[in-house]
Amino acid sequence: MAEFSLPANSKISSAGKRYPAPAGAKNVRAFKVYRWNPDDGANPRYDTYELDLDETGPMVLDALIKIKSEVDSTLTFRRSCREGICGSCSMNIDGLNTLACTQAIADIKGEVRVLPLPHMEVVKDLVPDFKHFYAQYASIKPWLQTVTPTPSGEERLQSVEDRSKLDGLYECILCACCSTACPSYWWNSDKFLGPAILLQAYRWLADSRDEMTGERLDQLEDPFRLYRCHTIMNCSNVCPKGLNPAKAIAEIKLMMVERAG
Amino acid sequence: MAEAYQIIDHVYDAVVVGAGGSGLRAAMGIAEAGLKTACITKVFPTRSHTVAAQGGIAASLGNMGPDHWTWHMYDTVKGSDWLGDQDAIEYLCREAPAAVYELEHFGVPFSRTEAGRIYQRPFGGMMQNMGEGPPAQRTCAAADRTGHAMLHALYQQSLKYATDFYIEYFAIDLIMVDGECRGVIAINMDDGSIHRFRSHKTVLATGGYGRCYFSATSAHTSTGDGGGMAIRAGVAMQDMEFVQFHPTGIYGAGVLITEGARGEGGYLTNSQGERFMERYAPSAKDLASRDVVSRSMAMEMREGRGVGKEGDHIFLHLNHIDPAVLHERLPGISETAKVFAGVDVTREPIPVTPTVHYNMGGIPTNYHGEVVTLKDGDPDAVVQGLFAVGEAACVSVHGANRLGSNSLIDLVVFGRATAHRIGETLKPGTAHAPLPKDSADLALGRLDGFRHSKGGSPTSEVRLAMQKTMQANAAVFRTSEILDEGTRKIDAIYQRMADIGIADRSLVFNTDLIETMELDNMIGQAVLTMHMAQARHESRGAHMHEDYPKRDDESFMKHSLGWFRDGSVELAQRPVHEYTLTSEIQYIKPKARVY
Repeated sequence: MAEFSLPANSKISSAGKRYPAPAGAKNVRAFKVYRWNPDDGANPRYDTYELDLDETGPMVLDALIKIKSEVDSTLTFRRSCREGICGSCSMNIDGLNTLACTQAIADIKGEVRVLPLPHMEVVKDLVPDFKHFYAQYASIKPWLQTVTPTPSGEERLQSVEDRSKLDGLYECILCACCSTACPSYWWNSDKFLGPAILLQAYRWLADSRDEMTGERLDQLEDPFRLYRCHTIMNCSNVCPKGLNPAKAIAEIKLMMVERAG
Repeated sequence: MAEAYQIIDHVYDAVVVGAGGSGLRAAMGIAEAGLKTACITKVFPTRSHTVAAQGGIAASLGNMGPDHWTWHMYDTVKGSDWLGDQDAIEYLCREAPAAVYELEHFGVPFSRTEAGRIYQRPFGGMMQNMGEGPPAQRTCAAADRTGHAMLHALYQQSLKYATDFYIEYFAIDLIMVDGECRGVIAINMDDGSIHRFRSHKTVLATGGYGRCYFSATSAHTSTGDGGGMAIRAGVAMQDMEFVQFHPTGIYGAGVLITEGARGEGGYLTNSQGERFMERYAPSAKDLASRDVVSRSMAMEMREGRGVGKEGDHIFLHLNHIDPAVLHERLPGISETAKVFAGVDVTREPIPVTPTVHYNMGGIPTNYHGEVVTLKDGDPDAVVQGLFAVGEAACVSVHGANRLGSNSLIDLVVFGRATAHRIGETLKPGTAHAPLPKDSADLALGRLDGFRHSKGGSPTSEVRLAMQKTMQANAAVFRTSEILDEGTRKIDAIYQRMADIGIADRSLVFNTDLIETMELDNMIGQAVLTMHMAQARHESRGAHMHEDYPKRDDESFMKHSLGWFRDGSVELAQRPVHEYTLTSEIQYIKPKARVY
């Protein structure tokens, strides 16, 4: 019989702390937050922070910032624009990957569970390691590639219709919510590019100005890079920007079939 | 102390600090010139605040009607209330079209006209015929996500070039030797290791310091780190009193609604349903420049015509615009209004209020991006080895008030100009002189001091005190009394930095420590902003002083300069450049500013 051993630090200890709500708070909500600090040698834990929602902003990020500012300044997470455009504060909230800054607390029932994005190495608390994800992004050469000379002193022309083909693609914020929600990516992220990167790959295939379609498809024609997508659709369910990576992947597969004739 | 930290050394021709629009454009250009280039950034490049720019980037392409770079220049000079340097403004407006074409060639998904050219929309203060009107359609847009489209394209391009990125490295301090910049010290947030970057040219592209204020459209990371480093390096800051309030931040959340919303036909109303901008700016109306619109809104609220229970905001209407147009041209803010104000823009107005948005002031530079200072009577003395670009810099093209869509063009035009200057003045592989032994002491002393700080003032408490004071005492309307009180308060808050105490002593991703160093970067700029505002006894652009309601060109058509050393402020003035770059356009003389 096969024996499995869990990696170090995968067991969550029961040593989590509880920070009660301030006295007199009427509208109390508990936030159960994953904590892990590589410096202290201990296993991860959940700390529970009770906040008075009457004194807290509407979004989960507001709650995390309130905790860091007023309760426990060691709590560690990424954040920047707080309006859903920079992609810094992606995390797993109430079981779904999303952005903390656009996730309303009111839309969650009961205790709010906050964890880092699943299936990425954790650097500390809610901060996952994106290095591999970024390297995969670079691997698809995500820039405009052309053969015809660049026009001098004017723009390349593109029809309104051709430009509209980029809608739903170029808006990606590289938050990785989709990729880290994908079971195929969990198993094969070393070789499968995952929905976020494939959405970006299609963004260039769909751009009428790009002239490297054949080469781009060659790069993707691989049992893992593209075809590990099994249309599970978690990616499209979780995208906080309302994009549809699964559809983009289907479009790439269609282009593959069409060019095969 | 310094012995306790091991330092990892790197040697580069040039180092860029910051990876927003200006930093990426500069880094790319420097690398293209064959120089060994590093780019240090505290966030992954596409998370930089350029990503949040919405409405567009100004350039006189003339795709949607007549336009000329001299018209753009006139508007920018007028927008700046004649505090902008006209040589730099000429350079900006003349180079703007080429810079936008370059972005298109990089792959930016600009919206398009029926002819397939780049779509351009009207924006505040942008006119035809040297200010005479009608409005010019000059602002090039990718829907209302222009900054996002541009920043991603610039990052994508940078993957093509041999720039070494140091991502999630936080720059702590410059290495200054005899008044010359010789590099920078940074901490790798991932593991807490200390890195010394030696470089002949160091470019600060660190953005604005909007987070000095309590309510700002700026990202949490807009903490003016370059300005903080420059101040500690003994560099003067310029025109810090000019803080732009964007007319349409969402009430409560402070999130930006682009001026492009008004460019596409949106308008403001007060509690009586009146389109009040018609009274304040009969000609440009809702598309007057930002300082004028914000002041008019504040005036309406002050006179009891604000909307809501407290009468403390204004309505922005888009509900008369064809939903198809909103969907095509303003999809981002439609979503933002839904999420942050619960408003369906096709049916209801958006509650908005003037919100801190942009710092016209910053590190003074010439139009090559070289940092300049007043030295031995020379107001244009170059600080060797040091450059600044983007919102961190004060070139000054925005003067006392920036026009909407002039910041994105500022990023790429001066990012490129900086790269050119460095490429022209530095040979690849030039040998580095030895550094003095204490080159890392300032940075490590501060790092270690904060990391082990045990004082009674948590970072968040001091930061909040600073933000509330700036919000109350350096706002849209200013008086001597408010500013006097403001300087006393902010000076006292600065004193609390000595009493800081943090809880996280670790080295891996210690954001408690990083936020404290960010606060230390902001506080000096907050102090200078307040003191410079107090000293400017006139009203110009974004600085509205009610005890001195008139512009005073005689005494104050001057840049303010301010040093902040050992807790004390020293102020001086620098002349505004009253000349253009070429003979193709004459100096535009000051006149009354009416929209």
